[in-house]
Amino acid sequence: AGGGAYWVDSQQKRYVPVKGDHVIGIVTAKAGDMFKLDVGGSEPASLSYLAFEGATKRNRPNVQVGDLIYGQFLVANKDMEPEMVCIDSSGKSSGMGIIGQDGFLFKVSLGLIRKLLAPKCEIIQELSQLYPFELVLGMNGRIWVKAKTVQQTLIIVNILEASEYMTAEQRKQALAKLSGN
Amino acid sequence: DLPALPVPGDTSVLAGLYGPAEAKLSKELPDRAALEVLLRPKVGLPGVLERSREQLLRQTCEAVVLGVLHPRTAITLVLQVLSDAGSLLSCCLNAACMGLLDAGLPLSSLFCGVTCALDPDGTIILDPTTRQEQEARAVLSFAIDSSERKVLMATTKGSCSMEEMQQCLAAAQRAADTIFQFYRDSMRRKYSKS
Repeated sequence: AGGGAYWVDSQQKRYVPVKGDHVIGIVTAKAGDMFKLDVGGSEPASLSYLAFEGATKRNRPNVQVGDLIYGQFLVANKDMEPEMVCIDSSGKSSGMGIIGQDGFLFKVSLGLIRKLLAPKCEIIQELSQLYPFELVLGMNGRIWVKAKTVQQTLIIVNILEASEYMTAEQRKQALAKLSGN
Repeated sequence: DLPALPVPGDTSVLAGLYGPAEAKLSKELPDRAALEVLLRPKVGLPGVLERSREQLLRQTCEAVVLGVLHPRTAITLVLQVLSDAGSLLSCCLNAACMGLLDAGLPLSSLFCGVTCALDPDGTIILDPTTRQEQEARAVLSFAIDSSERKVLMATTKGSCSMEEMQQCLAAAQRAADTIFQFYRDSMRRKYSKS
């Protein structure tokens, strides 16, 4: 009688790498055949130059220090250095890889990311009716946004940051004011 | 990584928790997190008293933090004394626990700090003011855990008999209930906005 398993997720500020999580990393160093990325955890993650779609020893990806990479963790446990890849198990990139130029990267809490990643997230739907924009969500609390103009980008950034604390009503009011402009 | 701020009476301590972050090679432990506590007094540089309190706080925190989940990392707790009107050590303990809760670090239980002062005539005063601490025969501080109200840390200044210590401990365990309820209420308020 009874039994069953509960999954308890709690609000955290610090990201801890988990295998399979998709995150945004910042390239901090190139060490021979590996890149070192800052993913916001306790140590930098490593990324091999061959872990990109269509990469070979002759055809290396063009990655510079300071670039943003969207990838997933292949290895992530408490005893080993985390390893990232930008291809899935079948070798396709499926949206992962180097994130393009421009745009804006900012940090939010882990709980907000999980809220935004939920299917049919209201916040994202309402924002997409405001302006068209590109959005990358990293499970490590990092969000990259790019809209047509710098002003639009910054407005979206502010709404996303504020939606941590705003109620649905306040958000609808803010968006109504903005689309009225 | 954000500060937490409890205030019993007019003593207040600001706690900032950083981690689990990368540890210096000299400080990293292969199987668990290395916990460091820094206590900054309101005026002046940290001295021997702060150092001994840091060790007490560190040992208490190490008893509850599940450090084995984060080997080779460093967890740093910085406590800044904003005002001191007595019972400073238990205020630091409470601030430390709230900081750990706020940061979402894995803990086996919560803890709270309670200070008791023993009057020259044997009365037990909980959360004494500085004046009461100075006039007391003995000042005892306890760190009580939340799961079974067991003692995580006990420190005494002055002299008292074993029975008196047991009585102070019992009073502290009862007082701990109020503090744990305060933790619950604070957390509830914090999360009810979202």
